[in-house]
Amino acid sequence: MLKVENLTVHYGGIQALQGITLHVPHKRIISLIGANGAGKSTTLRTIMGLVKSSNGKILYDGKDITTEKTKNIVETGVVMVPEGRRVFPNLTVMENLILGAYARKDREAIERDKKRVFKLFPRLMEREWQKAGTLSGGEQQMLAVGRALMSDPKLLLMDEPSLGLAPLIVRDIFMIIREISENGVTILLVEQNAKAALEIADYGFVLETGRVTLEGTGKELLENNDVKRAYLGD
Amino acid sequence: MKRKNSVLSFAGVVFCLLLLLLFNKTFDSYKMRIFNLCAIYITLGLSLNLVNGFTGLFSLGHAGFMAVGAYTCALLTLSPANKEMNFFLQPILPFLANTEWPFFPALLVSGLCAAIIGFLIAAPVLRLKDDYLAIATLGFSEIIRVIFTNTQRLTNGALGLKGLPNYTNVWWSWGVAALTIVFMIRLMRGSYGKALKSIREDEIAAEAMGIDVFRHKVISFTISSFFAGIGGALLGHLLGTIDPLMFRFLLTFNILLIVVLGGIGSITGTVIAAIVVTVLMEVLRVLDSSIDFGLFVMKGIPGLRMVIFSALLMAVILFYQRGLMGTNEFSWDSLGKRLRRIKKRGPK
Repeated sequence: MLKVENLTVHYGGIQALQGITLHVPHKRIISLIGANGAGKSTTLRTIMGLVKSSNGKILYDGKDITTEKTKNIVETGVVMVPEGRRVFPNLTVMENLILGAYARKDREAIERDKKRVFKLFPRLMEREWQKAGTLSGGEQQMLAVGRALMSDPKLLLMDEPSLGLAPLIVRDIFMIIREISENGVTILLVEQNAKAALEIADYGFVLETGRVTLEGTGKELLENNDVKRAYLGD
Repeated sequence: MKRKNSVLSFAGVVFCLLLLLLFNKTFDSYKMRIFNLCAIYITLGLSLNLVNGFTGLFSLGHAGFMAVGAYTCALLTLSPANKEMNFFLQPILPFLANTEWPFFPALLVSGLCAAIIGFLIAAPVLRLKDDYLAIATLGFSEIIRVIFTNTQRLTNGALGLKGLPNYTNVWWSWGVAALTIVFMIRLMRGSYGKALKSIREDEIAAEAMGIDVFRHKVISFTISSFFAGIGGALLGHLLGTIDPLMFRFLLTFNILLIVVLGGIGSITGTVIAAIVVTVLMEVLRVLDSSIDFGLFVMKGIPGLRMVIFSALLMAVILFYQRGLMGTNEFSWDSLGKRLRRIKKRGPK
């Protein structure tokens, strides 16, 4: 579904990605793990067209989207849940959700998706008219995911959904990620919480200083000694 | 509930119209001018609020766009004889010498001219953010003023233009203000307005949602310039004379004051603040002349009203950090809620 080939990104003089190659198959959960500054977020942001790549190719459904505008990428069904939630704090929960569907025209389908999001996150329905900034961290993360789902994505890029959340809520979030995946959405997950991310993943990649150093099924990586030592703390 | 609200709104509009008629009959020309100024400041305040409040871009270039509007309208409506009188140093450019348009098309064209200039400036300037954007817009506004001072044959330079026909009356000024209010309300309720607000809240998240941030900023800036131009034109035709010095930074500051006082991002707040500030500026003039306290007479200190005004402003900022209305809007429902609360508290 999504193929990243030899992707290179520079921030000024610093090379953030040094030619990474990823393959995200249809309807799977793919996890991308690694330490701070390994280039995980950069990878997602480059796929979304928020950061310009200096080399390499991004193919989505066989189409080259490397130089496409973010707006057009969202319209083809790729959407990102940004790191640190980034909900619109002074807008209501409802307004946040509606903005998620900004690129779409079909009102009926939007209504349907709104119901679907509320079914997935009943808490959001209770707080429909509340300002997003007044929600708890976990609720904000739910809103960020819900907002992304409002664009009816085929591929969902999630940047550190567990960041700064209590362990119980993290578990909820990962359960929801699985549920979204079961509804037919492909997920590319970036996480520091390597254990949870690999447990849920069909396939995983380990990123180190801008390079893919390891890849394999979630299970394989969980049992890999290097991964254990570096990321799982065993 | 909805039906009741629309009935109330209709009653409100009728009430405002009656008030307008009443004031139109009873006010003398001095009061009338202040009354008209209120409406013009509403238009100007709302247009600045669209950029500064709703889109979250700190722009200080409003006076420049007002100048463009005011000059365009003046040059289009002045009679050929009047133009000859104004341009005694150097003759006016030939293609403008014989134009004498009615007010309405001239007003529209002046808005459009300001919008075009706004659009041209937006493209380079909106790549900047925050303070840098403020400085750049301020700079462009000054550039417009300096150009107008030096294009003798187009704008009559520093001499300005005199004898503008007094077209601005209650109907024009308040009509335009009402149209602006309705336009802004409709804009902010639609998906377009939500997108603008989302840019203010979090630009990166907005971009990730598929909103073309730069395009939206440019459109917001252009619309704001359009209304600034119209406001400037109305102001010119109310005062009857314009010159480049009128459109200094201080003018932008006055409008910014209204926006901040009313609440950055509130239409209701801007309307209320525009009226309050304009009226207060005049009412406090009393302080500038000598006051008889009976026992002693206080000598008039010129400029005292501005001191009081500043103190008042500080008090408001102290107690209402986000302006009088914050980002809230007036609605019958919230008014009802507030009244009920006061009633409950009453008997205690």
